[in-house]
Amino acid sequence: MSNILECKALTKRYGGKEALSAIDLSLEPGRIVGLLGPNGSGKTTLIKLACGLLTPTAGGIYINGEAPSKATNAIVSYLPERIALPLWMTTQQAMDFYGDFYADFRRDAAEDMVSRLGLELRQTIKTMSKGTREKLQLILTMSRAARLYLLDEPIGGVDPATRDYILKTILTNYSEESTVLISTHLISDVEHVLDEAVFLREGSIMLHESVDTIREEKGKSVDELFREVFAC
Amino acid sequence: MDWTFREDLPIYTQLYEHLTLAIVSGVYGPGEKLPAVRELAVDAGVNPNTVQRALSELERSGLVHSQRTTGRFVTEDAQRIEQERQRLAEEQVRQFLAAMSKLGYNRIQTVMLMEKMRGEGQ
Repeated sequence: MSNILECKALTKRYGGKEALSAIDLSLEPGRIVGLLGPNGSGKTTLIKLACGLLTPTAGGIYINGEAPSKATNAIVSYLPERIALPLWMTTQQAMDFYGDFYADFRRDAAEDMVSRLGLELRQTIKTMSKGTREKLQLILTMSRAARLYLLDEPIGGVDPATRDYILKTILTNYSEESTVLISTHLISDVEHVLDEAVFLREGSIMLHESVDTIREEKGKSVDELFREVFAC
Repeated sequence: MDWTFREDLPIYTQLYEHLTLAIVSGVYGPGEKLPAVRELAVDAGVNPNTVQRALSELERSGLVHSQRTTGRFVTEDAQRIEQERQRLAEEQVRQFLAAMSKLGYNRIQTVMLMEKMRGEGQ
């Protein structure tokens, strides 16, 4: 099977600042991958390139073999760092919006999660707390039957109990043919659900390895390894 | 089941141990069907591929066998399960003796202490 995400010598510069330096990365279908790195290491830039919100300065990025386009966005479900929906929308309207926009939106799955997490159908996003906004955005993102999920900091602003529920939501909703890329620095919270870890540092990939291999070879968790590698 | 994981070992080996313990202690009896991969993954909060790997190891060890369409089942071979129980018990005793030896107790002293404490905490 072909790679769902592939980067070839992918480079992105903002003015004189190089955010990604000629990275090569291949992700196979059916994996949950952690994109890990300190602030400013290029995680968000990589995700934005994958969904076509940014264009590469040099090199290429391919979704299922194609450069990002409307066609690839139909199989990519993206969770932005901050909520990207109009603030006047209610939970109900946001679900309608996603249903209109994406053919792969599973309304029943979204409604089930909305009721389970206790979101109000008539509440506007404007009046929601930061955590509730994150929950709504994640519900919408994971309710699509996509091939590639790009989750930029999905658990940053929610409490530990909700964090567990969100991780279980990811496990329950992704299919065996789809890949989930999760960017985060809350490694100990996510590492049990990961197949692979990618360490980014200053725009370069330092490590791309299976989580079990890291534990087997180094005798330590991904979190411990990260703290060691990125010690200040 | 309570799922807690150590930091210094691969998750799949810990899952393997967890499931083995569940089988020898009768949580899953002989011939009983095991939960599906996805179900175990969500329950333990771990990756489905990791669960898959642990189950494959269990199959290799003969504690579990899979039937093509219906799922995975605990072996009906009670002797095999008993043998595994014995192995785990020996492992526990070995660890216990090692910890006692760190405290400066040799085997005889350890056994004597156990004799002395008999009846406590029952």
